[in-house]
Amino acid sequence: MTKEFLSGNEAFAYGVKLSRPHVISAYPITPQTTVVEKLATLVEKGELKADFIHVESEHSALSAAIGASAVGARTFTATSSQGLLYMAECLPYAAGGRFPIVMMNANRSTALPWNIYGDQRDSLTLLDSGWIQAYAKDAQEALDLALMSFYIAEDKRVATPVMVNLDGFTLTHTYEAVEVPSDDEAEGFLPDYETDNKLSLEEPKNMAFTAGPDTNTEFKYKEHLGVLAARDVISECEGRFEEYFGRKYTGLVEQYRTEDAEYIVITLGTLYKSVCECVDKLRDRNRKVGCLRLRYLRPFPKTELIEALKGVKAVGVLEKDISFGNEGTVYTNVCSALQQSSFNQPCSNYIAGLGGRDVPLSDIEEIFEDLEREQNGVHFVGLEE
Amino acid sequence: MSVNVNTLREDEYFFGHKACAGCGGALAVRIALKVIGPNAIATIPAGCMSAVGFNFPQLCFKNNAIISTFAGTASMMTGIEAGLKALGKKDYKVVGFAGDGGTADIGIQALSGAIDRNDDVLYICYDNEAYMNTGIQKSSLTPFGARTTTTPAGRNIKGNQKVKKNMFEIVAAHGIRYCATASIGYLQDFMNKVEKAASIKGTSYIHVLAPCPTGWGIKTDECVEVAKEVVDCGLWYLAEYEHGTYRLNRRPREFTDVAHYIRRQDRFKHLSDTEIKEITLQRDAKWQLLDKQYFSK
Amino acid sequence: MIRDVNEKAFTTLKNIPFAPAYKHTLVSVNSGFRTEKPVCNRDKCNGCFLCYLYCPDGVISKDGESISINYDYCKGCGICQKICRKDAIHMEKER
Repeated sequence: MTKEFLSGNEAFAYGVKLSRPHVISAYPITPQTTVVEKLATLVEKGELKADFIHVESEHSALSAAIGASAVGARTFTATSSQGLLYMAECLPYAAGGRFPIVMMNANRSTALPWNIYGDQRDSLTLLDSGWIQAYAKDAQEALDLALMSFYIAEDKRVATPVMVNLDGFTLTHTYEAVEVPSDDEAEGFLPDYETDNKLSLEEPKNMAFTAGPDTNTEFKYKEHLGVLAARDVISECEGRFEEYFGRKYTGLVEQYRTEDAEYIVITLGTLYKSVCECVDKLRDRNRKVGCLRLRYLRPFPKTELIEALKGVKAVGVLEKDISFGNEGTVYTNVCSALQQSSFNQPCSNYIAGLGGRDVPLSDIEEIFEDLEREQNGVHFVGLEE
Repeated sequence: MSVNVNTLREDEYFFGHKACAGCGGALAVRIALKVIGPNAIATIPAGCMSAVGFNFPQLCFKNNAIISTFAGTASMMTGIEAGLKALGKKDYKVVGFAGDGGTADIGIQALSGAIDRNDDVLYICYDNEAYMNTGIQKSSLTPFGARTTTTPAGRNIKGNQKVKKNMFEIVAAHGIRYCATASIGYLQDFMNKVEKAASIKGTSYIHVLAPCPTGWGIKTDECVEVAKEVVDCGLWYLAEYEHGTYRLNRRPREFTDVAHYIRRQDRFKHLSDTEIKEITLQRDAKWQLLDKQYFSK
Repeated sequence: MIRDVNEKAFTTLKNIPFAPAYKHTLVSVNSGFRTEKPVCNRDKCNGCFLCYLYCPDGVISKDGESISINYDYCKGCGICQKICRKDAIHMEKER
């Protein structure tokens, strides 16, 4: 183990390198570029023995990744925003084929208007594509999630691709001290990928076939079970991770000062740290507030949420996203979970940080104040009227 | 180079499929797989061959085969090849079978990328000159004058008004290791080319004309005959490109009658003598260029 | 063998594979929509095997000096009859 000063992208690249992928296929897009540049450099230096494919589009990036995964190779790709949307067709394809590809997505606004900065509209558009979706809060978690994602994706009960999301620029390009495990430590943690779900010269297969109305539901149900199985596997994986590297992760959600909290803000990604800072400040003024971070959106932490929000007076969902004509997608998911419990308190939605707009502590403080006024509904934070 | 009807593997690798009777595309796939053998890894995009070959639980490939996205034939082949190489596998051939729409329209970007990287794959385009699987819509390889469901022939417009794109020359312009044209009317020539292409390290491409009785409006037993006639009348040509030079495999001394080829197909039945004359002139102009290109030196 | 297994063998969660990938399997024949079938006269056949070569369905196999036809998968397209130079194959109406 060494300590390095790394950006989120670089940390993720080290996590990928430690995972020993056979094939990396990627097409450049801001702010994803530095992760694949780092990987290309590691390949050039001989520190990573992977076949690095310079594809001609994001569609080809994921299509090639599916091809490599279909022969049993451990495969990685990375993208962002328009690139993610351009490869969109291949996402349900990879999930339906049960190919455990890992992809890093640098969360970025989607055009129009053009904007290269961070929000979560890109990955949330593809929330229903059958992929496991994780959201990192810092560079250390980015590295750790890279390693853990292969473990989770490749587990036979899961066999589902994983998309790890890093907030564009605020995480991808921000430098922090990161603990980087050694190759040997990582190799102990992550075994080689083995599967029967592959094209094989010994036992040829017809793959990615058509399943008509007679069997389609059964295939889709199995796919659904695969994503759900990730709940247990994530927990097992984090236990194993702690044994190997000493860092503890908390499953599908992470909570901060929620034990006795009356008002909780739910968020994801790097916003968590800002909200925690605000929580500390308000706690100093004896306000019973807390924060809950959704580490994974698929599988969705339904039971964890219901448990964590027991006895709370009001909940706010703060997200960098809007499903036009409705509300934030995360909010929709949270409300759906709460609706299936006895939770009967106000739950409001705060849309912030679109196209990389800063979300200052003063805005978060206002959100907590707003919660105390028991307002429901959708609010655009910092909207200039 | 020794493949012929006597030496060809007797095993069938594409068997039990639900293609229409007399399907030229199915014949091209069947023969290519028999030439390449059991270690072929076939990549087939959404289209006729995937629709007729992969209907679970009727699965028709005895070798490895996978359906790719429509646009992703070449890119999936790239990934398969990279994966097998990285895993240290040997003695396999990654081969793609895509139609004219899958190749010349939606898949051309990925194909161009694979050739540019010189990935070790063989890409075979079976060209039936329209989107047959979806119901005979025009592609960029539909010939001039042909009626399709999206280029109907009426009083105002007489079918497709564009001439067929030349994929063979587009592919050759990449400086590919090897590419060729073929027709299922001349299977010995096609087999020779598949055998050669499969032996090449690097990207190779074969463009095989494969009539579709359903879409062309010919009888099922005429498919091979028509595929032969299109070469004999000079509307299609058999050629190769290798080491930067072109070679013509067949230069008919005299062409057979274009009108006979045209008139026997329902898709052209609206064409008048004037339009057939126009098609004949297009043919002559192309052959002037071909003769210059192949025989000037 | 006409079929590997019965179509009904794959209908439930228990017996379908976990991912859309499976070995070569035939559950149904293709002769249902045939109106004519090719019949070979072995006396006229010279064993050139052009019919075997040009069959889109691969249902003609070499059988000594002549050929045999798998009528479970023959669709009756008639290409074999046309390609035959010895007039050894003729088409018979299905009854």
